[in-house]
Amino acid sequence: MSALLQPGAEAIAHKGRLRAHQWLLLRRSVQLAVLGLFLSGPLLGVWIIKGNIASSLTLDTLPLSDPFLVTQSLFAGHRPETTLLIGAALVAVFYFLVGGRVYCSWICPINMITDLSAWLRQRLHIKSGLRLQRETRYWLLAMSLIAASISGSMVWELINPVTTVYRGLIFGMGGVWLLIMGLFLFDLFISPRGWCSHLCPMGAFYSLAGRFTPVRISAVKREQCNDCMDCYAICPEPQVIPPALKGAPQGRSPVITGSNCTNCGRCIDVCSKEVFRFTSRFYKSTDSSNTFKQSEVLS
Amino acid sequence: MTAPEHKVDLYRRRFLLRSAGQACGALLLGMGLLGYARQTRSLPAEAIRPPGALAEQDFLAACVRCGLCVRDCPYNTLKLAAPGDDVVNGTPYFTARNVPCEMCDDIPCVVACPSGALDKSLTDINKARMGLAALVDQENCLNFHGLRCDVCYRVCPLINKAISLEPQHNARTGKHTRFIPVVHSSACTGCGKCEHACVLPEAAIKVLPTRLAKGAAAQHYRLGWEEKQKAGGTLVAPDQPHDYNLPPGYRYEHDGKGLIKETPTTPFGENPLDTLNQHQEQSQ
Repeated sequence: MSALLQPGAEAIAHKGRLRAHQWLLLRRSVQLAVLGLFLSGPLLGVWIIKGNIASSLTLDTLPLSDPFLVTQSLFAGHRPETTLLIGAALVAVFYFLVGGRVYCSWICPINMITDLSAWLRQRLHIKSGLRLQRETRYWLLAMSLIAASISGSMVWELINPVTTVYRGLIFGMGGVWLLIMGLFLFDLFISPRGWCSHLCPMGAFYSLAGRFTPVRISAVKREQCNDCMDCYAICPEPQVIPPALKGAPQGRSPVITGSNCTNCGRCIDVCSKEVFRFTSRFYKSTDSSNTFKQSEVLS
Repeated sequence: MTAPEHKVDLYRRRFLLRSAGQACGALLLGMGLLGYARQTRSLPAEAIRPPGALAEQDFLAACVRCGLCVRDCPYNTLKLAAPGDDVVNGTPYFTARNVPCEMCDDIPCVVACPSGALDKSLTDINKARMGLAALVDQENCLNFHGLRCDVCYRVCPLINKAISLEPQHNARTGKHTRFIPVVHSSACTGCGKCEHACVLPEAAIKVLPTRLAKGAAAQHYRLGWEEKQKAGGTLVAPDQPHDYNLPPGYRYEHDGKGLIKETPTTPFGENPLDTLNQHQEQSQ
């Protein structure tokens, strides 16, 4: 029976349903709130943010632009207006500070679609699927920029589902539903966590942007880990966990430094032992239990 | 070869093969995308870019598809292309037959553009060149039939500059004048108000991309009459009055009034009484 339990079941039993979902709920709130700010103009006539995720103007003063799109534009040979460059710099600095892929897990609309696919896979116990290589996204990122400079246009934006879906939500869906269905089914039946964790060049771009971000999750109480594997099961990028969680014998820091970590906080939610929490990148474990455990392992 | 060395070799081999696979995948997708980009590069003729838009190729390098121009358009003229439209995904355009550009003086769409895809140096909307109106259907245009529809001419924001009515002889009736709408590329902004207003079920006048609507004279062509005016006289041979061999009392003025009767012949003499008397003589 326990094999059929969903990841996080133990945490729900220990901490209660709310605390076992607090980061998820917070994340969904932020995603929907940002979307709501964009939608309040066209739907209610209250113009707080104009534009869409690609580039926007907040309260008619603050320009924000997506640095990935601006990079594509630069590779395509265009010299953008200063407004766009300022906007892109502001956004890049923001994501450097809070974690590059915070974009993916806290803002991007595709995240909700692919999370649903991942959740359904777990519910329906779908184990099969095409395992893509996680580095593929960097190749696609390189391709999108090289193709931009060859063709002299922002080629990736012809199909970029992230910007297309966001724009669709705000400016009219058209054929966007097909794209959403395609991504949903791709992640559900073809490749587990296929899009966001393996292919999306935008995610790759933000991984690089937040390579040295100061905000990271740490396995601060890693000695309490009972190997329930829930964090691996829930994490969209589980390869980032072991160096921090299981790195004590090698004297590795408990900070998750893998740049693919999206700072989504789901590992914090699902851990019944409260091993993880948000820390700074420079967090140093000072507790003696760590060293104790280390010596224990060594002996 | 020692065992660990062999292992390193295997790792390297696996890594290289894996990378090669990913690179090939990216390459294939890239090639597909480039092909797709080529196909979508030419805008459909009905889709018109906002004022100040860079040339299509440059526009597609510059536009970040944010829709700020769409938001600031007070007449809801502009739309962003959704997937499935014929226009490149997410880029702004309008269809003149549905909603034309109202040519706002302050050009809010250009002001809103953060990227420079709409050129900020456009400050006078009359200098915008979104396309060029062309009277494409001379068979159905009512003015070509000899009617005074004139709607395209009347709605033109640059009336008499971008569209003028040129009188022509109506050969069908032999005695009327046709007023032919003529578009002048020197002034037409391509706003599309003429196309929008055309009364026919399918517009006879349409805004087209300038490359489709306009021909070009060969570079070495010179218009003789213009050259003559510039030079202040004929450049080829001295002007000589032509002997027209006309009946007495007639004169022909080339480059001027044309055929002229030397003596004004009217049924009315110098003395008004003569005219009255003439009538009396006839009745007697």
